[in-house]
Amino acid sequence: MTRHVVASTSEIPPGGNKVVQIGGREIVVWHISGEYFALLNRCPHEGAPLAKAVCVAVLHAPEPGRFVRTRVGEMLRCPWHGWEFDVRTGQSYFDPVHCKVRSYPVKVAPGGELAQGPYVAETFPVTVEESYVLVEA
Amino acid sequence: MSVTLERPTPKAKPRRKRAAAATLTVIDCDIHPGLHSTKELFPFLTKRWQQHLINYAVHFRTPYTSTTPYPRSAPLLARRDAWPPSGRVPGADLDFMRVQHLDELNVEYGVLQVLDSLVFSLQNLDFSAAMAGALNDWQAEVWSRPEPRLKASVLVPQEDAPAAVKEIERRAPDKRFVQVNLSPRVAEPIGRKRYWPIYAAVQAAGLPIGIHVGGYGGHAPTASGYPSYYNEEHHSNAHSMASSMTSLVIEGVLERFPKLRFLFIEGGFGWVPSAAWRMDKHIARFRDEVPHLRRMPSEYVKQHFWFTTQPIEEPERTGDMRTLIDWIGWDRLLFSSDYPHWDFDDPRTAFKLPLSEAERRAVLHDNAARFYGLGGA
Repeated sequence: MTRHVVASTSEIPPGGNKVVQIGGREIVVWHISGEYFALLNRCPHEGAPLAKAVCVAVLHAPEPGRFVRTRVGEMLRCPWHGWEFDVRTGQSYFDPVHCKVRSYPVKVAPGGELAQGPYVAETFPVTVEESYVLVEA
Repeated sequence: MSVTLERPTPKAKPRRKRAAAATLTVIDCDIHPGLHSTKELFPFLTKRWQQHLINYAVHFRTPYTSTTPYPRSAPLLARRDAWPPSGRVPGADLDFMRVQHLDELNVEYGVLQVLDSLVFSLQNLDFSAAMAGALNDWQAEVWSRPEPRLKASVLVPQEDAPAAVKEIERRAPDKRFVQVNLSPRVAEPIGRKRYWPIYAAVQAAGLPIGIHVGGYGGHAPTASGYPSYYNEEHHSNAHSMASSMTSLVIEGVLERFPKLRFLFIEGGFGWVPSAAWRMDKHIARFRDEVPHLRRMPSEYVKQHFWFTTQPIEEPERTGDMRTLIDWIGWDRLLFSSDYPHWDFDDPRTAFKLPLSEAERRAVLHDNAARFYGLGGA
């Protein structure tokens, strides 16, 4: 597993995402309420791009006529058939054990910490003022 | 742990082709072209009907006048990644359709199914005929001419049989049209005699009939009325297909017009064996009510009906799919994607049942080639 710097934190707006290629895989990095999450950009059902998902809440009804919304914005609703996935774990709502999207650990690090390393690429300038999103994949 | 810096990729690169994709050639029996605005039909409408469209707009035989009766799950029914960058509505941008669908999935031919303005369901029958004609011109000129992979369907004013016959006779010589479209939800069950002139014309033209789900015939979508949810209404698509098949068989349409071939589009196929078994059972008990039927209903079903795959059945035991298709026939199932609608099926991933190369080829390509007479079949 290698850590990849994929974006500055200001680059991805809240509720938005960025699609990156890491080792031949297409990974989507979501920014949800100040936190960042990385998932394979491919629904396990029929392969739809999850970057086009809608961020929804967990909606459930303890009984007909009563509704409860929790974890607002933390479920990804697939752009094709509407399957819902937990952005934190990749687990599907309807079958969390058997049906999940591959998810990757994410870390946010300040530029100062990264700039010291020997790996700064010219194509991705890192400044000490900014912080960055790192995906471990 | 090392830290590498990834080059930013602001635009998503084309998604990787799955292993099978490169080798598959697909005939897609259900592609929905979109009208960005009904004004785009003006070149194909007389001044009289242009003015009618401006003054009165499109109205269906349904109690719901300013909206569709059910929420349709996604804006304009569409995949959320199918909105073209041009700003046109999903399905209304040919270049984007080529890139996202025809090229991406290696579609050799796609059959257009026009749901815009739903001509079958228009209240005003003369307007229905004018709109059917306009949408047929539009398919031929705006879609099939610049993109020969796209084949057109003859739309007809289904409630006005003589006008429908004229439209069929007018289009039949044009090889861009590969079928006649009918709706399963019309004023009366589609096997009733008021529609027989249409069947006579279609048989004479030698075209197959594609019946796509949907339509507003003035009746509730289920036999017990208007359900509360899209969930239920969507499910009732299968019921409307089963009723249509029953009507066509029992009314004797297939005895009277033995060369007709029907393709049921987007209605599923899990219900087909049980519908046929039940019809057979009833025939054994009250055959003398319908003496015009000279064979068992299941025989008509196996001879005259084909089915598209989408939305693909997803039984919890995938092996049940094989049992099901074995009954229906591996030569009777035709791939359809429903692009650009939200319930789209991807030919590379939709089939959870492992298929042999021959089965895959039959369902994704050869059956449709034979059914429509495409690709030298």
